[in-house]
Amino acid sequence: MPKLSIDGREVEVPAGVTVMQACQSIGIEIPHFCFHERLAIAGNCRMCLVEMQKSPKPIASCAMPAADGMVIFTDSPKAKAARHGVMEFLLINHPLDCPICDQGGECDLQDEAMAYGFDRGRYVDAKRAVSDKEFGPLIATHMTRCIHCTRCIRFLTDVAGVEELGATGRGEEMEIGTFVERALGSELSGNIIDLCPVGALTSKPYAFLARSWELGKTESIDVLDAVGSNIRLDARGQRVMRVLPRLNEEVNEEWISDKTRFAVDGLSRGRLDRPYVRRGERLYEVGWRDVLDLLAQRLKAVPGERIAAIAGDLCDAESIFALKELMKGLGAFDLDCRQDGAKLDARQRAGYLFNTSIAGIDKADLCLLIAANPRFEAPIINARLRKRFLAGGFRVGAIGAAFETTYPVENLGAGGEALALLAAGEHAWAKALRQAKNAMIVLGQRALARPDGAAVLAAAKRMAEDFALVREDWNGFNILHKAAARVGALDLGFVPPEGGRDVAAILEGCRRGAIEVLYLLGADEIETKDLGSAFVVYQGHHGDRGAERADVILPGAAYTEKDGTYVNTEGRVQRARRAVFPPGEAREDWAILRALSAALGAPLPFDTLSALRALMIEAHPRLEESECLEPAPWGAFGVEGALSPDPFAIPTEDFYSSDPISRASPTMAECRRVFGMGSPPARTGTHG
Amino acid sequence: MSEPAPPAFSLEPESFAFTPENLERAKAHIGKYPEGRQASAVLPLLDLAQRQNGGWLSRSAMDYVALMLGMAPIRVYEAATFYTMFHLRPVGRHLLQACTTTPCWLRGSDQVVSACKKKLGIGLGETTPDGLFTLVEVECLGACVNAPVLQVNDDYYEDLDAKRTEALIDALKEGRPPSAGSLAGRRGSEPKRAVEGAAPAAGDGAAGKG
Repeated sequence: MPKLSIDGREVEVPAGVTVMQACQSIGIEIPHFCFHERLAIAGNCRMCLVEMQKSPKPIASCAMPAADGMVIFTDSPKAKAARHGVMEFLLINHPLDCPICDQGGECDLQDEAMAYGFDRGRYVDAKRAVSDKEFGPLIATHMTRCIHCTRCIRFLTDVAGVEELGATGRGEEMEIGTFVERALGSELSGNIIDLCPVGALTSKPYAFLARSWELGKTESIDVLDAVGSNIRLDARGQRVMRVLPRLNEEVNEEWISDKTRFAVDGLSRGRLDRPYVRRGERLYEVGWRDVLDLLAQRLKAVPGERIAAIAGDLCDAESIFALKELMKGLGAFDLDCRQDGAKLDARQRAGYLFNTSIAGIDKADLCLLIAANPRFEAPIINARLRKRFLAGGFRVGAIGAAFETTYPVENLGAGGEALALLAAGEHAWAKALRQAKNAMIVLGQRALARPDGAAVLAAAKRMAEDFALVREDWNGFNILHKAAARVGALDLGFVPPEGGRDVAAILEGCRRGAIEVLYLLGADEIETKDLGSAFVVYQGHHGDRGAERADVILPGAAYTEKDGTYVNTEGRVQRARRAVFPPGEAREDWAILRALSAALGAPLPFDTLSALRALMIEAHPRLEESECLEPAPWGAFGVEGALSPDPFAIPTEDFYSSDPISRASPTMAECRRVFGMGSPPARTGTHG
Repeated sequence: MSEPAPPAFSLEPESFAFTPENLERAKAHIGKYPEGRQASAVLPLLDLAQRQNGGWLSRSAMDYVALMLGMAPIRVYEAATFYTMFHLRPVGRHLLQACTTTPCWLRGSDQVVSACKKKLGIGLGETTPDGLFTLVEVECLGACVNAPVLQVNDDYYEDLDAKRTEALIDALKEGRPPSAGSLAGRRGSEPKRAVEGAAPAAGDGAAGKG
């Protein structure tokens, strides 16, 4: 524990921290550009210079380890002069275009220039100009503004695991770029926009749309995958202009995926903004009162066992709970939330959670992926796996079709027989699994969405028990979800009762006429082409697959337009908050269901969202928002059975089009075009 | 810093591969470094590739080296663009590298450069249409005692002035390059006074008299 003196104050810091961190620990902020606590130390911007006693020159505090007996001055004339000098050099080549720069108002260089810049320049020669680079559909470049901090290079190389960006040339000719022009092939690339301390890298879709100080900021939760990344919604008027990450060490650290960040332009396109009723081939606009009365008549005329409901992937827990209560009132129990047909078992919470937790990955030493490609199903979890890999002593194996990700993966076989061998302890990897201290198994949805899904689940469970993956101090059994609503819906028991109809049976029932009314709450990932003569109600926010077949459309609210509870793949309960109001006649989903229940003559027992939430928490106490994760008790789930030798499919094809919002987003469409329908982008420069 | 133009991919050959001899050399270079540190061999391998490729590095050559060393191509591009001795565009058979740093400049490097320009009809960074000569300006070559210096491919020609430079270019054109070193008849960097007044030393090349 080195003890040092900073500005005359004695400080004791843990060994290994830098002088800058020591200063920050006592509340002294050191200006800096290249230093970032989640990236490797570069020490090349020189803005963090401080004076150290007995050192002839000022030292770069971000790169200097704190040592015993150091005497540091952060505010001495020498330190100040050094920073003034560095700032003057940085500003020599930096253009004075702040008024037209998207970074203006939230720019580190602008802020530090207020503190350390001169009010006039002494430099009279020609400024350097650098040609802009093409980084693909997401990132706009203005390379003349670049100050060469190399944060973007370090992020892509270390965190994203995509070595495509570098600094070519030297000295005056140094440029940041890909050298061979190409779109950055990372699903985390948008984070370099946040990392850039100047306006060199800015958001292409957000270019020149708003100034940062005009935006209303709402802290919320992302729902485009099941990670539950913490985000901030920046809105102006009734439009969400952009999405930025919020710090949450347990979940997304401070990164978000490109889909989370850039799909929001889909929120202002293809929206359902008023109720519609189908007459013949066409949909006609109607008022709320008419549509609810019509719907109530229709529902009353059908016995409960001929009504079914499917909850979609983006629904908040409150509206799923309200739908469940509504259906209960109608005597309908054929409810399901597993649109992809995954044989998830709602009986035991541990059986459908990512039990290790995202932060728990840091403690694992071996990971077995079964039909999962975290890179496209949950890029944030993939970044954690890579972080763990970089720390050393981490083996990753995969069962399923081979795929490329950002750490080495050993392929253990393609199908059920490899899993059966491994579960029986006869696979070469079984030894590694047995010897590992904290091994984790990650089951993707594709492993469960097969006819033998329940058997796969059971085999994985047995394996977790046999290899001692489930202990007092460790639970290595993980289900990787893709849908933000799934865990919440399973917690609410939005599944058919024993012997009831699951999604496939509901659709089959529609075809055969056994189901007369099908209620889709934002369910767009099902096959809606052939639903027979069933009367389909679609409640949701986008005119997507579900609405296309619907007989009645009830316009709902997207995740940015309502307060709602979401449970992420780890079982973490988080609240999304409203940033803007739903467009047109659209309403919050719980309110629509409440109004429908009133039209049915059996009003649900709540009038406000908080009353609904209180009821929901009373019925399902684990949906109370909480800071810490509660470990789920282990128990029985899955159904033992024979495993099919068919290879496990690896989902990669739909990263940029996994949900109605992404499908409506022009930016995501451009990504699909550039990256070829979401298939993994070519990774080496040797491709054409 | 004398390579102003960006790399020209239009001249890009289809592919690149080491000749069997160079492959042997490359393996020897790689073998010098411990397992997992093969990337350390990037500079000697790029140099080998540049020599095999007629004095410049094509993108396919850099990609080939990257593949051989298991590096991301961008890491090789970074190294190749950082060092001025790697050329990313085709160069003439004789690469004239005129040193214009202070000692050479004080001793008349301006005359050397303008003699080259005049004789060849090209400017700095340009190549003659016949592909024989490329003229570039370089920073200190470390031969200040024999300034001014012109490096032609791997050889240093020293103690130059306008006349000697022109004669040197003529000799190169005729395919009779003089032996490297001082063209004023100095041995190594012996004091200049030892040369003055003395007859040109035996073995002094034709260019020295020209």
